[in-house]
Amino acid sequence: MRTDAMLTAYKTIVVREIRRFMRIWPQTLLPPAVTMTLYFIIFGNLIGSRIGVMGGFDYMSFIVPGLIMMAVITSSYANVVSSFFSMKFQRSIEELLVSPVPNWIILVGYVTGGMSRGLGIGLIVTLLSLGFTDLSIHHLPMVILTVFLTSALFSLGGFINAMLATKFDDISIVPTFVLTPLTYLGGVFYSIDLLPGFWQGVSMINPILYMVNAFRYGILGVSDVNPYVALGMILMFITILSAISLRMLARGKGIRH
Amino acid sequence: MTNALEIEGLVKTYGDGFQALKGIDLHVAEGDFFALLGPNGAGKSTTLGIVCSLVNKSAGKVRVFGSDIDTHLSDAKLNLGVVPQEFNFNQFEKVFDIVTTQAGYYGIPLKKASESAEKYLRQLGLWDKRNTPAMMLSGGMKRRLMIARALVHEPKLLILDEPTAGVDIELRRSMWTFLEEMNRRGTTIILTTHYLEEAEALCRNIAIIDHGRILRNTSKRELLQQLSSETFVLDTAEPLERAPELDGFYCHLDGEGALVVDVEKGQSLNGMFIQLEQKGIRVVSMRTKANRLEELFVRMVEDNNAIAAKQGDAA
Repeated sequence: MRTDAMLTAYKTIVVREIRRFMRIWPQTLLPPAVTMTLYFIIFGNLIGSRIGVMGGFDYMSFIVPGLIMMAVITSSYANVVSSFFSMKFQRSIEELLVSPVPNWIILVGYVTGGMSRGLGIGLIVTLLSLGFTDLSIHHLPMVILTVFLTSALFSLGGFINAMLATKFDDISIVPTFVLTPLTYLGGVFYSIDLLPGFWQGVSMINPILYMVNAFRYGILGVSDVNPYVALGMILMFITILSAISLRMLARGKGIRH
Repeated sequence: MTNALEIEGLVKTYGDGFQALKGIDLHVAEGDFFALLGPNGAGKSTTLGIVCSLVNKSAGKVRVFGSDIDTHLSDAKLNLGVVPQEFNFNQFEKVFDIVTTQAGYYGIPLKKASESAEKYLRQLGLWDKRNTPAMMLSGGMKRRLMIARALVHEPKLLILDEPTAGVDIELRRSMWTFLEEMNRRGTTIILTTHYLEEAEALCRNIAIIDHGRILRNTSKRELLQQLSSETFVLDTAEPLERAPELDGFYCHLDGEGALVVDVEKGQSLNGMFIQLEQKGIRVVSMRTKANRLEELFVRMVEDNNAIAAKQGDAA
């Protein structure tokens, strides 16, 4: 396939993905906005005012980066897993399989679609947070790099989940039993300095802790971990998950007989 | 002449050990209108699925217009348009979006894709429905949508897997006319169908597949010449209570009371008419029974089943 044709195919997948989540915006864009607003009101305002300072900042300012990242992670993942699995379920994935689109374009297209929703939600949540706190940026390149790479990473995770899933239950297991606990335990609402030594060590094996802290470093300038180590880890995970996704596509795992 | 499709030694063994294809060879010439016939589970859809990259083959070679799917898959796919047996589009998307998106997957820019989509949606009578979500279409419209989608990138080879299943007679006829026109304009067409009347009406060459093996691959004419008899349906002026006994001819009444007569090859029709005249039976119209191919098909598949059963006994 020629380069310009590949670019057209890539744009087609991305536009189709964006059109899909925009068409069903009450399911895709509205819920995280409502949920995060409730977090800001309840945890940030009501409970946060009694907690006081955390990591050198008032509690509302402390949790905002984590909540933005949480919304980006769940939305990026959810977009790809639900879209790709729906295509498998309805067999419209065959439209792509019979076409000459290379596998890596399919993957990059879906990941871009997931990132579009994830970053869009991140922007909405950021704008909402401005109603509750003043947001200043400490290190803009770190903010941009962390949020883009994290969104890409969880889009890849959603893609693999969709490839492996054989029924609708399979696409909710990982978000419910893996993603949500790891996010809540990933330092969104607290600094790991508050934990006893053992649990601090356990927290360090949670990859989401690194992403939340790298992003928090970019905004507030404070972090429980080295943000550059965090970026390195995200890149390493992206490489591994990309290789797995491409291998599964080449073998037709779950999409070809 | 180039072959539109070449299949050599194609084998497919599924994960559970079931061998759906046992080394089939098939050649379809460019410009042909070709039918792949066989009973359910014979291997038709598996064969076409491998050609279209929806099924992984276990062994063998497939070339589409000379492009090997192992080494030049992208080139092979550019020449292929596929109309599957079951609806496989996003039911929530609009008709126009489904067709233009498919064109985009082939690298066709949106402007050109829109022109091509309009052309085929108009030809298939779906232009008025272009902004309708696919789920709102009737079954016949959905089938036509899949044809428009398969043609939007102007493929040289169109593969249709049971394209008229569940479609009413009027629509089926209009789809036949459309496909014949496509073929006249140079598109090679391969179809599978359960309506053998459809294959007899449309196709020039036919392969019969059963139990993962090609039983016959020949021209329709040659296949039909194998029939030792031809069947005629006679409408009589007066309704008959039972079939008359005609010397040298086997006859019976069909469900609608018409007289059905088998005439052996080389046998004169005059003898039949003389006997009918003598019995006072006046024939007002006569036609050949359309599904001659069906008789041959059933016979071949039955013979193959008998051979398979014998081999099973021997084993």
